[in-house]
Amino acid sequence: MADGDDIRKMAHPLEIPRLACGAMADLEPFRAKPEHQEPLGFPGELVENWKEKALEKMADIASKNRAFQVYLETCVKCGACTDKCHYFLGTGDPKNMPVARQDLLRSVYQRYFTFAGKYFPKLVGARDLTEDVLNEWYSYYHQCSECRRCSVFCPYGIDTAEITMAARDIMAHIGIGQKYSNEIIGKVHKIGNNLGLNPKALRATLEDLEEDIEDETGISVRIPVDEKGADILLITPSADFFAEPHIDGLLGYAKVFHEAGVSWTVSSYASEAANFGLFIGSYEQMRDISIRIRDAAKDLGVKRIIFGECGHAWRVGYSFLNTLAGPFDFLDQNYPVPQHILDFTWQEMQKGTLNIDKSRNDHIRLTYHDSCNVARASRITDEPGSQFEIPRNVIKAVCNNFFDMDRETTHESTLCCGGGGGLLTDDLMELRRKGASPRMTAVQQVTEDHGVTHMAAICAICKTQFSKIMPEFGYEMDSILSVHQLVSNAIILTGQEIDDEAGEGE
Amino acid sequence: MLSIVYAILFYLATAIMVVGVGMKIRKYARAPAPLKIPTTPAPTTQFGVILRMAREVVFFESLFKSNKWIWIFSWTFHMGMWLVLIRHLRYFTEPVWGWVVFAQPFGTYAGFAMLGGLLGLWARRFLVERIRYISNPSDHLMLALLVAIVGSGLMMRFVVGADIIMVKAYMLGLMRFQIETLPADPVLLLHLGLVASLMIIFPISKLMHAPGLFFSPSRNQIDNPREKRHLAPWAAKLEE
Repeated sequence: MADGDDIRKMAHPLEIPRLACGAMADLEPFRAKPEHQEPLGFPGELVENWKEKALEKMADIASKNRAFQVYLETCVKCGACTDKCHYFLGTGDPKNMPVARQDLLRSVYQRYFTFAGKYFPKLVGARDLTEDVLNEWYSYYHQCSECRRCSVFCPYGIDTAEITMAARDIMAHIGIGQKYSNEIIGKVHKIGNNLGLNPKALRATLEDLEEDIEDETGISVRIPVDEKGADILLITPSADFFAEPHIDGLLGYAKVFHEAGVSWTVSSYASEAANFGLFIGSYEQMRDISIRIRDAAKDLGVKRIIFGECGHAWRVGYSFLNTLAGPFDFLDQNYPVPQHILDFTWQEMQKGTLNIDKSRNDHIRLTYHDSCNVARASRITDEPGSQFEIPRNVIKAVCNNFFDMDRETTHESTLCCGGGGGLLTDDLMELRRKGASPRMTAVQQVTEDHGVTHMAAICAICKTQFSKIMPEFGYEMDSILSVHQLVSNAIILTGQEIDDEAGEGE
Repeated sequence: MLSIVYAILFYLATAIMVVGVGMKIRKYARAPAPLKIPTTPAPTTQFGVILRMAREVVFFESLFKSNKWIWIFSWTFHMGMWLVLIRHLRYFTEPVWGWVVFAQPFGTYAGFAMLGGLLGLWARRFLVERIRYISNPSDHLMLALLVAIVGSGLMMRFVVGADIIMVKAYMLGLMRFQIETLPADPVLLLHLGLVASLMIIFPISKLMHAPGLFFSPSRNQIDNPREKRHLAPWAAKLEE
């Protein structure tokens, strides 16, 4: 792929580009083939009466989702959102401005469903649904990572993610799906996780990891699979089972559970926290995937559910799981359902269960990337804002050198990694690189100011995205870390013998 | 004759606005929000949501975070508008309420704040490339309409004057379904005609942002999805 020459050099992470009309018009991800569409109940290819079907689906969504109606009808085109999308900042394509992205669909909605659009289309910018419009939808609704940054800044809270999800849902229903997301959802239905890792392979992988921990520490730490009667069911993104740096995070969870002395297990049936049903805007798909978690929890007879580090999965887990697959009255009500792994770890830290040697992370000068879905669509404990505080508390407890990035690019204003929302696919690499440039510019700032070498995140997508993207900005591939990887580095297991070489910097 | 035409116009405009907005609100209220989607950090109690909404409505909190220029222009315009509207209550009440009398001097000059805000917002539609790109003809027309209403109002108040005694008698008459004589003053007729048009297009235009804000799930939902199960009626059917 390109060497990054086309990435805009930004003086500031939020520097506003000149408009570059049509700059990204030709980019689109691979379209789903019938074998990706049909298992999800979508038509295999573009249906004959696609226009009627699309409008029917649009009316259906409007009747089922208040946000869709309100967001399409109340925008005043004030322009507050126009400079808030990382894809706009990185590409300059005006159709990547949130309001313009919404307008791609709003213009059609107005034409067929509003008085002004029916009778005065030119006046309000309404337009017919044509094949060109459809292609434009496919392209630009796959240049949105559903990160919700625009909705923070909109005076009416209009959330472009809702419009993107609706547009993708409409397209899937007339036969135009996205290959990446739909293929993955198919694997979850068939095998239980995004990677298509079957129970046997999963067990073997986790046994290897147990050996790794024992080799490293001399202590036997278990990573149990399908253990009936365990107290805790860990639901974590399958990337944690074999992608880097995700695995190191998983080792961190295992060590924390071990030291806390709790019994836990992963499930081979629900071996996936990620829920791409969110990305394609399908309530039904999201529900089917969520119900696997409920079924696994019942089957294994666990008392609690804990989610591993994953951004959108935590949104679905925190905000939607109770709706989609609840009620969870069969679990121990003394714990939140589900609980975030960082909530668990922070509590153990406060209890003093964990023996931490911070100096083991002294080779790292760290910053932290707030993942969009955690930041803008969830909490971690009961406190609003805990989604920002708890990760930082844990980081500061295990790492001496921590530096936050520009406040306008963190917390609820965090910039997306550029790979979320179903865009973490090689066919969108150009978009991923450009969309990451605002975030990477902020990272470069803290490198200049504080010598930052590494960045931590609590999202599987962010981690994968940055391990690809950071090298293009002059960082090592392993500059992106799991928060629990830092915990894993710093933790000294009970009975573990320590040689004096501080740290284990690879 | 003129008095009758304007009487019909105002009855019609009022009916369209009230019924139209009412229908839209009913439509929004009836559509379920299937999932909890408040933009976080979000309040965890109903009272917290009321405070969040109040900050949005009174201070335009999100817009303030977003863009100080748009904020200053639109906040000036909207707050000026409230003062002007309050001031106008004197044409519909007899005796005039005390607090309306109190607001009178502020309301008089608030017209300039409205005008300044509107012109600032309009200038951005020409001068800022991004906002020029997203502007439709209707966005310009809406600003033109508002500027004309404010301009004609200021003309009457500060330049040409108007027979406000007669206007008030006419308005009070309308409220009792009696048609008094409306002064045949061109600036006044323009002002009233434009106000009636604004009322008529209210329910079919982006002016619906005013009631719409209260139905925005990302702002009006309580952040308590783990504590309280949220389920839309259509989604509940999936469980049967």
